Amino acid sequence: MFELLGIPPQALFGQLLLGLINGAFYAMLSLGLAVIFGMLNVINFTHGAQYMMGAFAAWLLLGILDVPFWASLVLAPIIVGLFGIVLEKLLLKRIYHLDHLYGFLLTFGLALVIEGLFQWKWGSSGAPYPNPIPGGFNLGFMFLPTYRGFVVVAALVICLATWYGIERTKLGAYLRAATENPTLVRAFGINVPRLITLTYGLGVALAALAGVLAAPIQQVSALMGVNLVLVVFAVVVIGGMGSIMGSIVTGFGLGLVEGLTKVFYPPASNTVIFVVMALVLLIKPAGLFGQTK
Amino acid sequence: MAETLLKVAGLQAWYGESHILHGVDFEIRRGELVTLLGRNGAGKTTTLRSIMGILGKRTGSIAFEGRETIGMTSDHIARLGIAYCPEERGIFSSLNVDENLRLPPVVKPGGLSIEEIYKLFPNLLERRHSQGTKLSGGEQQMLAIGRILRTGANLLLLDEPTEGLAPVIVQRIGEIIRQLKSRGFTILLVEQNFHFAATVADRHYVMEDGRVIDTVASSDVQQSIGKLQSYLGV
Repeated sequence: MFELLGIPPQALFGQLLLGLINGAFYAMLSLGLAVIFGMLNVINFTHGAQYMMGAFAAWLLLGILDVPFWASLVLAPIIVGLFGIVLEKLLLKRIYHLDHLYGFLLTFGLALVIEGLFQWKWGSSGAPYPNPIPGGFNLGFMFLPTYRGFVVVAALVICLATWYGIERTKLGAYLRAATENPTLVRAFGINVPRLITLTYGLGVALAALAGVLAAPIQQVSALMGVNLVLVVFAVVVIGGMGSIMGSIVTGFGLGLVEGLTKVFYPPASNTVIFVVMALVLLIKPAGLFGQTK
Repeated sequence: MAETLLKVAGLQAWYGESHILHGVDFEIRRGELVTLLGRNGAGKTTTLRSIMGILGKRTGSIAFEGRETIGMTSDHIARLGIAYCPEERGIFSSLNVDENLRLPPVVKPGGLSIEEIYKLFPNLLERRHSQGTKLSGGEQQMLAIGRILRTGANLLLLDEPTEGLAPVIVQRIGEIIRQLKSRGFTILLVEQNFHFAATVADRHYVMEDGRVIDTVASSDVQQSIGKLQSYLGV
């Protein structure tokens, strides 16, 4: 079949793997966005910058304190998540009662400031981060680098754990209920403002975790989140704003669609996600998994 | 005579710019079932929301078990042992019946267990895995009452629990409210349905224009029926 289409299997599976890895990042990032949007009603445009901060945190921890990758996988999300909590407490919580536009302006502005500061301090050329698990497997039809396989599996585990936490636990029930009716949930004795702060911290930590995972694959650079965040927004819109499962399925799915497009019609690979977004919005304006309010 | 559980004095409240309550005074003793009666817009629901702390601006005094709560946030007030069942019921559509029931955290010992609540509302047990908002109106009301019984709160604020329900369901809710009273719950009930209120309450406070204008004990209802009808416009 591959011969018929004139495509060697190595190229096809290689692109599919790349698509799967990109999809893993789309899924992790859009998941954080969905969690934040569901609870705060804020579209967090700082997400790409926070992803970049995760990668930088890991790189700095390694360079300055000699902290290994595996420890950074835990430490960097905590550090960046705490930064998110401070941001929420100082700035975001002042705009919840205002129109979405203010949330957009604030988080977009913050992203520009943060990325500008990192660029000013560390330049924009990027720094390499050593691969923590070098080597790979020859699968017969293609070569699978171990670390890339690990990223896909780790992303799946993270996504499913987040889904489980929100859909199947008591804390998740508080989150879902507070998304619907924060006033009543608070009148039941739950500290909703604290819940909101923690949700933002968690969403930001997810972005940072994705950043740490990306560090050994990409160059760690101040602008690494800029292009990614655009695609991730398209993923969130396609999946349905605020839908957890929607983000996960759409994230991985669109990564694969993008990979396949690279094989069959490379010039369209950068735009295919936005074409899909336009089509989905035409047919199902609330997104594939979204509920019309 | 039992001690005063809740004492409201000179309570004023605002929704944004609108001044709704103009100095509400009343009290409830432990174990009593008291109603707030009045026409639409008299301020009954606003009084409940003010007690619960979910209004923008309030002044005056609301003392629960002797503690002033006027400056507290609603989560803090709930943790003192006051539970609220809103008029619109507030069932969460993203939670199933069982999750809705278990949502409000236990704030004090002495609440009903999940088994006891399901025993009180057998319909809910059958439908415990259904989405909360897929229930009938009567079942949703039972769920809204049921979920605040678990928390150990000793003062229940019930806002129009019979609104829009069929007579047989209203009767069932009346039985449940009487059972709750006999179990020692103190209840503040807002009702439009005076005939329902008259069958369950110890005392009625009549509200008009954001004030309590009269008090009628249950034993005096028959003598005061003409007066009450004129207050309520029935």
